[in-house]
Amino acid sequence: MTVNARILPKRKKSLWNIIVQQKWLIIMSVPVLLYVLLFNYAPMWGWITAFQDYKPKDGLMNSDWVGIKNFSWLFSRPEFLDVLRNTLAMSIINLVFGTVSAIVLAVLLNEVTKTGFKRVVQTVTYLPHFLSMVIVVSMAQNIFSSNGVINDFIGKIQDLLIKIGLMENKPMPVFWLGEKKIFWWLQGVINVWKEVGWGTIIYISAMTSIDPCLYEAASIDGAGRFKRILHVTLPGIKSTFVILLIMNIGHLLEAGFEIQYLMENSQVQDYSRTIDVFVMHYGISKMQYGIASAAGMFKSVVAIILLFGANFIASKLGEDSLI
Amino acid sequence: MTAISVKPKRKSKKRDLAFPIVNTIILCLIMIITLYPVINTIAYSLDDGYDALRGGITVYPRKLSFEAYSNMLKDPAIYQAAHISGSKTIIITLLNLFFTSMLAFALSRREYIFRKFITTVLVLTMYVNAGLIPNYLLIQNVLKLGNSYAVYIIPSMFSCFNMIVIRTYICGLPEALVESARIDGASDITAFFKIILPLCLPVLATVALFVAVGSWNSWFDTKLYNGGKKDLHSLQYLLNMKLATTNNSSNAAQTSVDALASQAQSKTTPITVRCAITVVSAAPILIIYPFLQRYFVTGMALGSVKG
Repeated sequence: MTVNARILPKRKKSLWNIIVQQKWLIIMSVPVLLYVLLFNYAPMWGWITAFQDYKPKDGLMNSDWVGIKNFSWLFSRPEFLDVLRNTLAMSIINLVFGTVSAIVLAVLLNEVTKTGFKRVVQTVTYLPHFLSMVIVVSMAQNIFSSNGVINDFIGKIQDLLIKIGLMENKPMPVFWLGEKKIFWWLQGVINVWKEVGWGTIIYISAMTSIDPCLYEAASIDGAGRFKRILHVTLPGIKSTFVILLIMNIGHLLEAGFEIQYLMENSQVQDYSRTIDVFVMHYGISKMQYGIASAAGMFKSVVAIILLFGANFIASKLGEDSLI
Repeated sequence: MTAISVKPKRKSKKRDLAFPIVNTIILCLIMIITLYPVINTIAYSLDDGYDALRGGITVYPRKLSFEAYSNMLKDPAIYQAAHISGSKTIIITLLNLFFTSMLAFALSRREYIFRKFITTVLVLTMYVNAGLIPNYLLIQNVLKLGNSYAVYIIPSMFSCFNMIVIRTYICGLPEALVESARIDGASDITAFFKIILPLCLPVLATVALFVAVGSWNSWFDTKLYNGGKKDLHSLQYLLNMKLATTNNSSNAAQTSVDALASQAQSKTTPITVRCAITVVSAAPILIIYPFLQRYFVTGMALGSVKG
């Protein structure tokens, strides 16, 4: 409702009039719209490289068309099937670990009555979220190195067990960073360390909107602290939990790139490569643009399908639409 | 329910005392686990090079030495990298804030005819993106931004999530503000700069922090586009290169022996050098973070309204 419309309600406004009237809004927004179209939508044109044997010197228009050869090549390679398995496994590990740890920490924080202490804990646990993954991986190399603190700690426990006769001889220290069976869990633990505090914010804000009367009523009825958490706090954050879960299903193939790429070495790579890392290796390092593009496009298309599926489920459940 | 209330009260009182204590202990442990790697890395960076190879450093350096830092500070590459990281952070933050808030204002106006269309186009980008290769081809081959400072700036001038944060904030302001300005004859752009923007300072501070942290922490853009140009390397990328070398040497599972052989001349070792760079590139965030923490959280709460 603009001023003119109020004062002169009878004059019919044509589209041109509105555009003239809103010229500043258009000037303010259209350049950014064009920018987004260029940087976010124009690259989708590059998906046609997935159907080509793309060579940079020939360009998009002159490269040879190969149909779906890149896709069939991908899905016939055990390497790519491993990559899919890793992506799904790490994505699910991160989703479960991340959600559970954030909810547990949020519940613990919610039970703290001293505001000062609560704020200190929050400040400390949010911190790693703001460190870059390069820094985090560098720190993890110290902590998990073969003579790092984790192995020290395990060694001390083993010494103790030997002393009291529960263990015969000391096993070799674990080489955490080069053990492919451990990699999925290791990156899960590091991700939890980095994001658990930050993940609590949304749950804590959901908890603050729970009516305090519910807690009072529960304690009058004799519910102890655990009963109150179980029957008041957790139901209070249920809808937040459901929305986040549905949103994350849309990101099921987003297992991450940075941590896997930075922690990769020849011993773990069969278990550490995600789709994004695979795309990086094939596309940028090996210059196999067609194959990398096909893998990337597969991921994007699955993401779109999952997103709309999740959105559909959300609206069926009566939650707000996500998009 | 009534059956429970008949229970004797003593038990629940005891539990009420025990729980806060256990809870406090657990939370303190979590804080220690969070801070330990940071302190551990600082301790490594301050330790003597050979001593650090033996490992087992906890929260203090066993053999204090500033060799890693003084060696690093003798290297002109670190100053150049700090300059690149710092300057791109400032430029990106200012430009991004300008464009993002301007669009947020336009999209907060209910009467704006393209509001729905532009919002949909933008929000979709948060869920769908073309992926690495098409983006790389666009920036490297079509726009020819590779090996230039501009590649840091141009692709990061707008962010959709932050736009939503600012828009949510503007929508919370009384609508009459803009309307009365319009009645007084101000154009939309005047209303934005003179009235809305000053009121948005708290949310702009939050968004500025998000953007600044993001661009300070980025390393992948350097790797993709500016890896071959030494004077355009950022601090995070220097650290990334150090990580790559230690990753390779840990493959041999004989880090210490290899490192000793190759570093026989100098007093530093890859471990202490890497930790020193880690500390330097984390320092700005570690230092400013405690003071600005509340701004981060406000922003997160605003964005989650419709994220």
